[in-house]
Formats: sequence, C-alpha cells, structure tokens
Amino acid sequence: MIELIKAGPLTTVQDLGRTAWRDRGISHCGALDDLALCQANLLVGNDVGAAGLEFTLGPALLRLLADGWLALTGTDSPAALDGRPVRPGWRTRVRAGQMLKIAAPRERMRTVLAVSGGIDVPLALGSRSTDLKAGFGGLDGRALKDGDLLPWHPPPLPDQPTARSIGLRPPPWSAAVRVLPGPEHDQFAPEARHALFESAWTLTPQSNRMGFRFAGPVLARASSGDLLSHGVLPGVIQVPPSGQPVVLLADAQTTGGYPKIGVVIRADLWKLAQLRLGATLRFLPCTREEAVAALRDREAELDALKVALCLST
Amino acid sequence: MTDLALHPLGEAALCCTLPAPVTLAQQQRLWQLAAALARRADVRDITPGMNNLTFGFDPLRTDPATLEAAVQGLWAAPARARALGRRVDIPVHYGGDEGPDLADVARHCGLSTDDVVRRHTAAEYVVYFIGFQPGFAYLGGLDESLHTPRRAEPRVAVPAGSVGIGGAQTGIYPLATPGGWQLIGRTTLPLFDPTAEPPTRLAPGDRVRFVAAPA
Repeated sequence: MIELIKAGPLTTVQDLGRTAWRDRGISHCGALDDLALCQANLLVGNDVGAAGLEFTLGPALLRLLADGWLALTGTDSPAALDGRPVRPGWRTRVRAGQMLKIAAPRERMRTVLAVSGGIDVPLALGSRSTDLKAGFGGLDGRALKDGDLLPWHPPPLPDQPTARSIGLRPPPWSAAVRVLPGPEHDQFAPEARHALFESAWTLTPQSNRMGFRFAGPVLARASSGDLLSHGVLPGVIQVPPSGQPVVLLADAQTTGGYPKIGVVIRADLWKLAQLRLGATLRFLPCTREEAVAALRDREAELDALKVALCLST
Repeated sequence: MTDLALHPLGEAALCCTLPAPVTLAQQQRLWQLAAALARRADVRDITPGMNNLTFGFDPLRTDPATLEAAVQGLWAAPARARALGRRVDIPVHYGGDEGPDLADVARHCGLSTDDVVRRHTAAEYVVYFIGFQPGFAYLGGLDESLHTPRRAEPRVAVPAGSVGIGGAQTGIYPLATPGGWQLIGRTTLPLFDPTAEPPTRLAPGDRVRFVAAPA
C-alpha cells in the first residue's frame, strides 16, 4: 500500500490512457507527461504503461508501506525519502515505512511517480487512468485526497546488496511545441496562419486536463460555416469563435465541432504538461517527416534506457 | 458512389469526410466502414462523427499512403443491406422537477405539454454517433414542431439522466454536467456503466424510442 498523507492539489492515478470505446464517447485520459511516465516506469523495472501518480504542482507527502523501487520524473521538484534527497530521473530503493516528501516544482508543473509493480488499482475499460470528468478509473474515479490508501504490491526485491541506483538526464524542455497543419488550416486567414507561429501564446487559468486555453492575437477564419461534429484527439488545436486557440489534452472529449488549425505532434505533447499558467508557449511549424522522426528518436531513447537498465542489474 | 475525402489529423490519425448533406444512408455506410476498420490490427481510436469518421494508427509501423488506399478499398466495397441497430426504449418521467422546462418548450412550440410529450414519444430516433460524454447519443429524428432554442442561461448542473431539447436535437445526458438544453424529463435508465463491456447503453445505429413512464 501507499498512504497519501498529503495528497497535494491535484494528484491522480494515470497510465498511458484508453484507446478502446472511443466510439462510445470514452476519453483517452492518461499521464499528461507521457514521456515522464514511460521513463519512470522503465527505471523501476515496469512496462512503460504501468500506472503511476501524476502530481500537479505540490507539495505532497506519502508513506510507502512495502519494499520496492521508486522513480520521480518530469519534475524539478526537490524530493526526499526519510529526509535524504531523491534525485529526479533516478531510481531509488524504498524500505517499507519510509516517507517520501515531494516539494512544489521550481519551474515545471507536473511530477510523475512510478513504483515497482505499478499502482495496483483495478483496470477500468482497459486502463487504470483516472477519468475525472466521467468519474471512473484510478481510485474511485477521483483525484486523491489526504488519507487515501493506494494498492501497491511490488515484486520481491532481489537479494543483491549491489543493486545500484541508476538515472537519466532529464529530456530538454522548452516552451515550444511542433505543430502540423490541421484539416481546416487553409480556412484561416493568412494573418491568422502567420500569427499562430509568430506569436507568443499565454496559458490562461481556464485550462485543465481537458484542454489548454491560450490568449494571444485573434485567429480569424477566412471562410465561415459550421463544421459537423467530428472525432478529435489530444494535441488537436481547436479555434472556437473567440479566435483564441485551445489545445486538447488527454481528458478531452472524443468529438468536437470547432475548426482545427493545427495538431501538436505526439513527441512534443509532454512539453505542454510542464507549462505553467501564465507562461507563454510558441508553436513551431513542422513536417510529417519531422514528426515521425521525433517519435522514432523518442522510442529509440526509451529502448536504449531499457538496455542500459538490463546491463546494470 | 460518394467520394470519401481523407485528411491527416496530425501524424498519427486520419479523418474521413463525406460531402453534405448528412443522410442516414451515408451515415450507415460510415458505421459499416467503422466496423471494417475495427477488424484491422493497424487501426485504433475509431471515432465516428456526423458525416465523418476519424481513426488513429501507429506512424512508426504504418505507412499512411498504404493505409489510405486500404480505407478507400473498404469504402468502395458494396454497401451491405444492413438493418439498423437494436431498438432501445428509454422510459422518461416528463415534466415536474425532472423536466423543469417542459412548460417553456410547450409555450415556445405553441403546444400543450401533453402534445409535446406525445410528439416526443411518437418518433423513432437514430443514434448517429456518440460524443461529448460517455454514452451521449446524437439522435436524428426530432419532430420539427419541437425544435426549441437552448436556454439563454445554461444550467450549472444538469442531473444525470436528463432528457432535453437543444435546437433541432434531442438527447439524454448520461452524466451530470453543465448544460444549456431545455430539460423536458428524466430517465432512471443508466446510460453509462464503466464496469460493463460495452460501457454504454447506446451505440451508433441504434433506434431509440422515448416512453412516457407513469409518475
């Protein structure tokens, strides 16, 4: 078990989300910083898609009630296990009863915690991710509260006193994401298409796990006319009549009706998870080939991490 | 045959769109395409919309040009004479606390509240697609005499099971949510159950009838 003594402002159980039942209106959900979850899981010996915890800002305090491994990623939060510093991006051995304290991140937004064996909440529609809007998955379909107990059954630790700590360099983060043109890109006025890439976009407080609303110049559509409802995915940049773009995230609805000026490439979606409210973001133009290459690089890096971990134990 | 236009939606999804107008026959072809795509191992996240269909694929292992050709091949396959989906009856308590806008709808339509209920229960509706919430069905077939604009002030909380009219649409909210539709009744029939597979009562293609339940 893991006991949440202080849960923090918005902490949820997340894995890599649901892809089944989208035709029934089931949202994707899953960790916003999916790269951090994959890395943390590999560090503690899990499959990339095991369930971990996503902390929004912080601070949080947890008691780990079994022997195992933990890793914190995605973060620049100072953290400590029984008072001894825990380095983000490194795996750390845990003894039953130890207390993990996670401070608020310095500049980033979300911290991912993976534990060996994963958080063992039941699968719901093929995933352990919390769907906050529909109220299922994770722990009772809700954000974690002080005093919650999470099921955790780590595999027994090998009796090797030398099982070394090991870590990785955090991936370089910048407040810029690459974007492919969306299906309605050409319906926007030339000034709007220009402004999308040339302006700094401010993340507004009307943002959550469903979508990030940005403020900046008004993106006007050259042709009017309503679109019929259509499927949307995390990363899609919708432009409602206000002309202010909304980037859909993991908890977004399955369908939408607003024109889509662009789509954030998958390899860069994690960067959004680490953007602070009030901070500015740039959209960078990109080609399909670059998007696929970025995803391939990322997969190769995760594979390299897997190999390095195998060799080190 | 109607041409199916394919547009990329990012590097890992394709959007298939049909020309206007929306027809039931065209929508049925899309459900057929969705079913054929669901049998392919290289396709995921299939989401039918209104007159369109979106799906995802793994861009590291799938060549989009090959996939597009395969989709066009499936689209060119002859339409099966496909019956519509299941018939689902939805019991509704109309009016009262459960349908606080029934009188307003009747006034707007120049009908009695009994007439609104009679007409709302007379039609057979078709689920065109599911979106917005788990199990929220976009229904075709609302009697034109019942078309009513949304409320000027959306409600902060619409209870789960509420049956409403918004413009030319009627539908049921599976979960509590803010909403602007005119609420004419409520059903106790659960429309979404995350522990069940499938998790929703309604699926694209289903035929829906509302049945007035005794108070």
